[in-house]
Amino acid sequence: MDFSDSPEEAAFRATARDWLDANASLRDGSEKTQDHFMARDADDVARAQDWQARKAGAGWAGLTWPSAFGGRDATPIEQVIWNQEEGRFAVPPNVFLIGIGLVGPTVMTHGTEAQKAAVLPRALTGEDIWCQLFSEPAAGSDLAGIRTRARRDGDDWVISGQKVWTSGAHYSSHGILLARTDPKVPKHKGMTMFLVEMSDPAIETRPIRQISGGASFNEVFIDNLRVPDSARLGGESEGWKVALTTLMNERFSISVGRASGGARAEELIALAARVERNGRPAIEDGDVRARIADFIARQRGLEFTSYRVMTSLSRGEAPGEEGSIGKLLLGKLRQEMGAFGMELAGTAAGISSKAGDDVARWRNEYLTAPGNRIAGGSDEIQRTIIGERILGLPPEIRVDKTVPFSEL
Amino acid sequence: MNFGFSEEQDTIRETLARLLGDHATLAVAHDRLDTAKGFDAPTWAALAEGGWLGLAIAEDVGGSDMGAVELAILAEEIGRSLAAVPFAPVLGIAVPAIESMGTKSQRETYLPQIASGQTIIAAAFAEDGGLGPEKSTATVAQDRLTGRKTPVTFGAEADQALVIAKDHDGTARLYLADLCAPGVTIRALDCIDRTRPAVEILFDNTPVELLPGSDPMAIRRLVDGAAVLAAFEQIGLAERILSLTTAYAGERQAFGRQIGSFQAVKHRLADMFAKIELARSNAFFGVWALASGDNRLPEAAAVARLSALDAVQFTTEESIQLHGGIGFTWAADPHLFLRRGWQLKAELGPAAIWRERLFENIADAPRAAS
Repeated sequence: MDFSDSPEEAAFRATARDWLDANASLRDGSEKTQDHFMARDADDVARAQDWQARKAGAGWAGLTWPSAFGGRDATPIEQVIWNQEEGRFAVPPNVFLIGIGLVGPTVMTHGTEAQKAAVLPRALTGEDIWCQLFSEPAAGSDLAGIRTRARRDGDDWVISGQKVWTSGAHYSSHGILLARTDPKVPKHKGMTMFLVEMSDPAIETRPIRQISGGASFNEVFIDNLRVPDSARLGGESEGWKVALTTLMNERFSISVGRASGGARAEELIALAARVERNGRPAIEDGDVRARIADFIARQRGLEFTSYRVMTSLSRGEAPGEEGSIGKLLLGKLRQEMGAFGMELAGTAAGISSKAGDDVARWRNEYLTAPGNRIAGGSDEIQRTIIGERILGLPPEIRVDKTVPFSEL
Repeated sequence: MNFGFSEEQDTIRETLARLLGDHATLAVAHDRLDTAKGFDAPTWAALAEGGWLGLAIAEDVGGSDMGAVELAILAEEIGRSLAAVPFAPVLGIAVPAIESMGTKSQRETYLPQIASGQTIIAAAFAEDGGLGPEKSTATVAQDRLTGRKTPVTFGAEADQALVIAKDHDGTARLYLADLCAPGVTIRALDCIDRTRPAVEILFDNTPVELLPGSDPMAIRRLVDGAAVLAAFEQIGLAERILSLTTAYAGERQAFGRQIGSFQAVKHRLADMFAKIELARSNAFFGVWALASGDNRLPEAAAVARLSALDAVQFTTEESIQLHGGIGFTWAADPHLFLRRGWQLKAELGPAAIWRERLFENIADAPRAAS
């Protein structure tokens, strides 16, 4: 049980810090509130690609990738240390999370040599930006219910259907796409994974505006997209297995990414010191103090939980049971903190007097948090996963597992 | 960074789980509750015999000189077993107090006796709902203590009490009082958990000996350390009741299915699990801060305490609910855990106290976001 950096970790941190000091500027608080993983405009994308190329040139991209694929063979804890250090600097959003965190490891596991050569180097340098074409209007939590069809046509595949909630699709160059290739078998058995180019005219991307006002995700229409068989990732009808690799890496990327960034409960203390409640400074109000203390306890618990996950991963173990709770608890905590931050303004709850003030920041937190509770497996799905896979409770009664997809 | 247990520590846990599983069964807990017997002397003796009471005592005074992490493992297994033993006051408070604040002679007198199980020392800290040095009204003048301490867990079974009292300068210090000495009156209290009984102790000009290294700061640190260890005891308790309730939900049938297959039940159990894991993460930080002497111990202890209190209350209350009617009966297990949970809450104080400690600690000393 040791919370401090080991000598090796300290050395890694120092090296990372040296490079960052020489190549980026520290945050000074003037930066606009923005998502860590989403670009707002073409300028964000260009800056992100430039920053990624510089990182790749100096060996700071794809840290946990094997060196054989251009990575640094870094431990998960070193990745966290990098994230902590990079988080202190004013750097563009990391739009490469899906390419490096999800698609790269999936291609390493299931891809051909040609696919590895085509995908990995360009993902690492940021030349390619990837999106994940998984969810559909009728298949969200129940991902295996996808209806996008891929049909064989000679040596090619022809794909048609609709994807939705695809983050970053509007500025991505490539997508990893799950399609149904055999509807005559039960739903989990008849899917195949493909790697596609988003610039193909058969793909139309329409941004969807979220309740936060931003438009970071999209609906994607695919109308007779023709791809060669070499675009197939993994075996025919083995798409679910491939998708599980992607999803496992998604959970890993999220748990590593979560160890840094985001609004901190302590920031509510400064706000409470500036506003009044019931005629007194809010910071003297017992209810305010108690609520903030509870937020701090919960946020610390999530932070330390991610360190427990890192410890398991660094020991070469599968992430333990603890990893599953982070996803479940984070969104709700952010939502409650956001609401509380807005309420601290009293009768001006939620009403911001100037752009970027505290109310605006907590409102943004409040309006983006629901996404955390839904994306990557909703709170409800997480509870079912914990109940069935960790606690070993009997499964839901399922009527769709053995029936051919076409008969559902 | 290494946020897990070593293999040796895992082995210690297995050994302790076996020992406690042999002695402190739930049948024993029910029997002690029914007969209001409280203190479980056979289990305490077995722990002494196994050398576990000397876990965190130096080798030169009869212990095996292991660290806070091993102590936390013992706390967790005691919590899991519901053993009615005075781990918290003796190993969680008296030992570190004597070790760090006592004289050479106090160390050499008391620590071997604690390690061998001969002496039980209770912590007489609280006074009518207040805790800690600033709340203490008991006073010592010319080595004589006068005051009233309540509740004192295992005070009736203890040979000595470690008491917070103010010296002639009004500074809170720690004193050891022999509970057989003149001027000591002990009154039983009606506790929610009769297997972990607390008493009121009145001291009237009772002779005491000072722990010379004690001062308000050291006492606060002692309470923080005790809160970290208590969090592990709470986590052990919460995990056990979650496991019992999960097993019940897997057996009990309704509407033609096991009730654990219903989301209303399954998701509640998942919430119990999540609260426990959150508490465990905070407790890990707490025990690291305790073991390493890190200056963030006050903050670490408070977050560990807050999330452990929340986990225990939620799991114990919901375990009764998920058991249905049987869970509301005296003969069933859940109320044993509910009662112990409340007793653990009373001993170092409820969330309100620790939220305020946490808030003061962080608001007064803002930590740069790391």
